[in-house]
Formats: sequence, structure tokens, C-alpha cells
Amino acid sequence: MSQMQDYKSRLSDPASRKFGTFSYLPAMTPERIRKQVEFIVRRGWTPALEHVEPSQLMHDYWYMWKLPLFGETDVDRVLAEAEACHKANPDNHVRLVGYDKLKQTQGAAMVVFRGKTV
Amino acid sequence: MSKTGSSYSAGVKDYRHTYWEPNYPVKDTDLLACFKITPQAGVPREEAAAAVAAESSTGTWTTVWTDLLTDLEYYKGRAYRIEDVPGDPSCFYAFIAYPIDLFEEGSVVNVLTSLAGNVFGFKAIRALRLEDVRFPLAYVMTCGGPPHGIAVERDIMNKYGRPLLGCTIKPKLGLSAKNYGRAVYECLRGGLDFTKDDENVNSQPFMRWRQRFDFVAEAVKKAEAETGERKGHYLNATAPTPEEMYKRAEHAKALEMPIIMHDFLTGGFCAHTGLANWCRNNGILLHVHRALHAVLDRDRHHGIHFRVLAKCLRLSGGDHLHSGTVVGKLEGDREATLGWIDLMREKFVPENRGRGIFFDQDFGFMPGLFPVASGGIHVWHIPALVAIFGDDSVMQFGGGTLGHPWGNAAGACANRVALEACVEARNQGRQVEKEGKEILIAAARTSPELKAAMETWKEIKFEFDTVDKLDLAHA
Repeated sequence: MSQMQDYKSRLSDPASRKFGTFSYLPAMTPERIRKQVEFIVRRGWTPALEHVEPSQLMHDYWYMWKLPLFGETDVDRVLAEAEACHKANPDNHVRLVGYDKLKQTQGAAMVVFRGKTV
Repeated sequence: MSKTGSSYSAGVKDYRHTYWEPNYPVKDTDLLACFKITPQAGVPREEAAAAVAAESSTGTWTTVWTDLLTDLEYYKGRAYRIEDVPGDPSCFYAFIAYPIDLFEEGSVVNVLTSLAGNVFGFKAIRALRLEDVRFPLAYVMTCGGPPHGIAVERDIMNKYGRPLLGCTIKPKLGLSAKNYGRAVYECLRGGLDFTKDDENVNSQPFMRWRQRFDFVAEAVKKAEAETGERKGHYLNATAPTPEEMYKRAEHAKALEMPIIMHDFLTGGFCAHTGLANWCRNNGILLHVHRALHAVLDRDRHHGIHFRVLAKCLRLSGGDHLHSGTVVGKLEGDREATLGWIDLMREKFVPENRGRGIFFDQDFGFMPGLFPVASGGIHVWHIPALVAIFGDDSVMQFGGGTLGHPWGNAAGACANRVALEACVEARNQGRQVEKEGKEILIAAARTSPELKAAMETWKEIKFEFDTVDKLDLAHA
């Protein structure tokens, strides 16, 4: 059995903040991001991007990057927009959303680029 | 002897003359019920079915003169079909149609008082089980339904693209309010979305409800600030009286807590429907526990099937309802469970005997609610739970979080890592149930908390045969 460890999480440490689905896994790699975009497109959901300063991440509304990519099924184009959003806002969390208009909810939502937390 | 008409003739007559109508054309507005009837020896099926129709609607054991003052032809329930129960000659299914105006609008109380009232003690039948009910859409529309529903809860809690995670605080009885709040805080800071009062935690001498609510509120708020994620604790408002129940609910609201809970069967549908309405009016989510359900639904020949209780709860109101897990320590056949979680979540559920669904059920625009998979689950069950339940569910741990060798926060973190790894893999097109082991082992490489959890629970399984099986003829 492994040696007991302390659970490192502090109010005083901004790196303790999480940001929804997949934030307990290691930061996304390009290949992993691609597979999630493929998933969103395969489900027929609308990909969209949004970003926020890490200190403001609890807000419901992050900054919308352009408009949701309605009708976009080209995975590379979605990835290019995510990259562009990240380049323009390198310190911010960038979230990829898949809007499910039938259920009127976000079928997928995940931070694909993590902002600077210190 | 005249059977119908305007002359009065005292005495007892066979029920089937009045209440068995095999050619009755069912109306869209009829409330339909399927009963499994085990008759007493020598009672013909048609007579037993007609007797159940009579006793659950207009009939009594003898003719009375006031029968002639109303249009009983219209108001009576009618047995309209009889079917064999596959593999069980001791009983049969009877289908009964009731006109919609036998039931007060928006009253699950009234429906159950008729369908599951005196008729269950009726001597001519040995046992009786209410297997399914088709609520006509016209009746569904008179009910309040879930205070918020799945999509609104996701928005309120800001959680998308995965099942939600909860933990029931243990030991279920005996902790002081402050120690209890500590256990809550540790679970929530570790990565769970919710913690829960166990159902029998109400307001006992060792922990009165007000102190529990106050300490839990601090735990929830601190965990939110620390993790940057929204958190909740199902504050149990179940109480001895409705007045006391509302007092507790109001205090949860004053503390700005997002969710409360209620036990719908022990509390009763009258109190429950009232609390669901209160939740809708106050923007507070409602988690629903189901203590007492196994008393009603476990016997194959007598009682009320859980799918009926689940439908009734959806109409009465709730945003979460316990559904069983298929994989944990409590009873639950997989196909039957899939049947009743459809009844919780979907807009329209078609008849599907393979899942124990006897009727098409249209819920119109009534929102769906989250099924809660609770009872003896831990990280090794998560791949199967993701495959069975999908995203719109709550995985409710207990010992599977709190029993982690490093404590609740590490246990919670292990649960969350395992869940996210399985959801990511599923989105990638992998077969999570089949590949669960590899997925978890890979995730544990970067999560010492998950690794320790997997070492702790590796061998635990619950593989007893199900007592209440679906009635399917097995080859």
C-alpha cells in the first residue's frame, strides 16, 4: 500500500482552483484535444470557445471567442480557432464547449488550454 | 335480474358482468394500469381482474341504490385485457382503464389512494402487484413535476459533459454537527460535487438540524472558494410535520444552499409535492431519497413496482431520485433499471417489455430528473456506471469515498479522476466497460489518490442473484 499523502489544496494557492470536467486530469495535449473535438462534431453539437482570467473562473459567463462555430464539422478548423483564442489570450483559461441544442445544454465543456494561475 | 338499466335490484353480482370489457377501446385520456394478480384458488381470471377494476374504482361488494343516481357506465374502471405472466402460471397480468375524471388534478396522492388502496387487501386475490401505470398526457400536464430538471440543474451547478459525483456522509448516525461538517468539507474540496445527509439523519439529539445546516453551509462555501467549483450538500428537510419541514427548507435558503433533500415515501406524497413546489418557487434543487421503497417494490407478486413509484415521483416533483446501481450492494436488474431511469429522464418512453415497460408514456414538456446510483460503489465500478447511466446521472458514493486510506479528500479526488478518465475515454470512442481496468490503471499513473483507492477496493464485488427479476421466460 502506498505511503499516506497530504491533500494539497489551499485557499491561498490559486493553483488549487479547478475548472470543471477534465480539470482533475493532466493538462490536455494536442492529440487529446483533437479527439474531444471529433467527439463534439460526431455528436452533431456546435463547437464554441470561451476564455476567462483564471481569477474570475467561477463566473457563469466567460468571454465568448467570436461566435459558436455553427455547422462547422472540420475538426482542424475548430482546433485552429481554439489555438487562435489561446494565442490572443495566453494567460487565460480557454474552454471548448459543445452546444447540444436538442437538450438545450452544453453536452461537453472542458478547458483545453490552462491559464496562468500564479 | 337486470344487469344494467334503471331498475334497482339488491344483492351481490359477479364483477365481470360490469367491470370486464375485453373489447373496450382505450382512450388517450384514460389512465391505464397493469396489475399482476395472483387469484385465490377457483376464482376465474376475468372475475379477479374485474374485481380489481371495481375495487380500485367505483365498485363495492354489493349493489347500492345510489349507484343509479350517477353514470357508472362512464365512471367505472374496466379490465380490458388479460395476459399470461411468462414463466409463472400462478398469476396473470390484468390491464385496467380508468376515466381521467376519477382522479383529482395534480394529485399523485389521489391516484395511489385508488389504484393502491383497499384493493390490495381484497380477499378474492391472494396477492396483487401494481406493475405499471400509463398516466395520460392530459393528467401529466396537471402535475408540477421536477422543480428544475436536468438541464437547469446543470446550469445552476455549472457542470457539463459528465455525470455528477456525490458522497453520503458516514457514520450515518452519531456525529456531532461540527465533525459532520468536517467530513462534508473534506469530500467537497477533494473534487465531489455534492455530499448528502443520510436518509435517517433528520434532527436527532446528537445533531440537531440547525447546527448541521450551519456547519455544512460553511463547509460548502469554503470548498467552493478553494476549488473554484460549485458545490452542494443535500440538506435533509424530512421532518415529523410539514410545518417543521418548511422551517428547515427556509433555513437552507437563508444559508444560500443550492439543494435540499426529502424522503418521498416516508414523508408522504402530500408533504413531498408541497416541498417540490416550494423548491420550484425558491430556486432550490430537490434531491429525493426513497426509504420504504423496497418494502413496497421487492416482492414479485405483491406491492408496487419501483417503475410506478418513479413515475409518481417525477409527477410529484424531484430533481434527483435514487435508482439503484446495478453494480453495487443493493438490488437491481440491469434491464429493469434501464427501464426506470428512462422513466426518470426521457420525454417519451415507448412500451418495452424487455425493460418491464408495459405502456408508452408521454411526459410532454415535463423535465427529466437525475437518477442517483447509490449503494456500495467505488472507483472500480465507475467504468460500468458510465456505460450504464451515461452523463445524466449522479454517482453517489459513501464508503467508496470516505473509506479511502488517506481520508475523504483523497477519496473524493480518486473518484473524480476515475470518472473524468472514463468520460474522456468514452468520448474517444473506447468501450469503457470492457476497457475499464486499463483506463483506470493509466489514470492512476498521475493520481496517487486513485492508485491508493484501487489498491484498497480491488477485490470487493457484490454478486448475489436479484430477488425481483423481470418476468421474462428464460430459455
